[in-house]
Amino acid sequence: MLQEFIDSLIADGLFGGLPRDVAYLIGMLAAGALVVFGFVLNVAGITTFVERRVWARIQSRVGPNRVGPQGVLQWLADGLKLLMKEEAIPFAADARLFKLAPFIVTIGFITAFVAMPFSSALIVADLNLGILYITSMTSLVVVGIMVAGWASNNKWSLIGGIRAAAQIVSYEIPAALSIFTVILITGTLSMQSIIQQQSWLPWDWFIFHNPFTFIGFFVTFVALLAEGNRTPFDLPEAESELVAGFVTEYSGARYLFFFLVEWGNLYVISAILVTLFLGGWQVPMIPVITDSAFGLNLLQALTFVGKSYFGVILIMWIRATLPRIRVDQLMTTCWKYLLPISFANFMGTALWVLIWPDGFLPAELLMTALGFGLVGYFFYRVAYHLRRSGAQITLSPLS
Amino acid sequence: MATVLNQYVRNVFDTAAAVFEGMAVTCSHFVRTPSTIQYPDRTDVRVQDTLPYRYRGILEVDLEICTGCLACERACPIDCIVIDAKKDKATKQMMLNRFDIDIAKCMYCGLCSEPCPTGSIHHTPEFEGADYSLESMLRRFVKEPVAAYKPKKVEDDPKIAPILERGMKYLDEFAAAGDEIEAEAEA
Repeated sequence: MLQEFIDSLIADGLFGGLPRDVAYLIGMLAAGALVVFGFVLNVAGITTFVERRVWARIQSRVGPNRVGPQGVLQWLADGLKLLMKEEAIPFAADARLFKLAPFIVTIGFITAFVAMPFSSALIVADLNLGILYITSMTSLVVVGIMVAGWASNNKWSLIGGIRAAAQIVSYEIPAALSIFTVILITGTLSMQSIIQQQSWLPWDWFIFHNPFTFIGFFVTFVALLAEGNRTPFDLPEAESELVAGFVTEYSGARYLFFFLVEWGNLYVISAILVTLFLGGWQVPMIPVITDSAFGLNLLQALTFVGKSYFGVILIMWIRATLPRIRVDQLMTTCWKYLLPISFANFMGTALWVLIWPDGFLPAELLMTALGFGLVGYFFYRVAYHLRRSGAQITLSPLS
Repeated sequence: MATVLNQYVRNVFDTAAAVFEGMAVTCSHFVRTPSTIQYPDRTDVRVQDTLPYRYRGILEVDLEICTGCLACERACPIDCIVIDAKKDKATKQMMLNRFDIDIAKCMYCGLCSEPCPTGSIHHTPEFEGADYSLESMLRRFVKEPVAAYKPKKVEDDPKIAPILERGMKYLDEFAAAGDEIEAEAEA
């Protein structure tokens, strides 16, 4: 996509007589800056604010509401504060690696956005191994975390780094296996092709394709949570045991980078899930809006970001609900439960695709009914708890 | 083998059910009204006005009804009250020359307000006592020497009557509380 766009710009004579590669380089840098400053930083920042507000409401508080209207500028204030702070580098630390680590982590996270499909046209590069690229790039984060833990020359940091490595490497396997169940159905790794094989109707989403992908969705979700170091799998930075894990010695701007990655990762996790299982940017053809290419892409991008943001809020909500699990429980969950289940899913989906290569509509409808039935029962339980407590209800998010 | 598999499936199901139910509980909390009181600037009424009548906040003296009996000064366990009351020989009146309370020392025990015959010295619901210097926490109630209050059988001065009424009500509250405690002890 980007390459064609730059080719057209060269044809228009915008770059003058510059060599083609230099033009590409400028184009890539400009696109990268646009993505990072226009989307990634803001999403990560706003997520921190939204997360604090969501937690606060779950804990019967109101959360930050003083900086700007309703506190929406809180994340800017926090970020600026961290940027202006002095950076302390421990005397005994390996200074070069210590300085390098946040950038390895950030690269592993930001490069995932290259293959992130926001709409049918809005994608930096529709790589033909898109999902594999994203999983491998996000795995680069573990290298940065290990380096950070090692270079800090601090026991807490080292334990945090080692825990992160063990955890991320372990959970990579069930995550990849569950992602491959979708690949079995689509026969392609490209993010755009995966979405194009779904539609805006829920029973065409891959989560409801068959019982195995339905379970696979939850396995992927849990495994990606563990890979993103989120509660209940936030052992690498367990505050109650390890101070702050691998970020213990970091301060100022470098700490900000770890912060950015942790919160930005929420969005990446949700976007992967939305692409694979929840229909991505697929929208119904609404005559007036989707007639123009711009309107169609805008609606698709809004749908994609909206769905992803629902996933982000779900992750925050889990963090407010579940306690942190122990290290042995972490490993048990992965090797004894998620791994066999994902293997079974993989085999099951393979058989399913062998029998019904084009999908089996009654099963899809049944799975959709089951899914919506679960959501319905969930809200019945919520209503039950509300009734039993007799508490006052406020739906407005303002405070 | 069968029991092992049974246990395995049950573990998975139990975990899923527990997470499901936990999420329902937190979701029900998500829509509940927050119980935060956004003190000090975003409350419907001043917090001071919501406090009970006998709340022991910063001390206040109504000089109009102070008899200069020094009961409070003697009652104070940490001597934070200093009163200078002398009889004026010409007019034969008790003159209050000085009535200082050091709020920095005060421990809000309430022992001074109990022996006061008119309820002149009393606690207010005011509790925001922070200041930039210790000196400014010394409250001087007597600006220039005034005559002390002389109790009458029936107060007829329309200016003083409401103040005295408030003071006596304050004392009655103590008496009532004492009665309640005694009644409880008897029962």
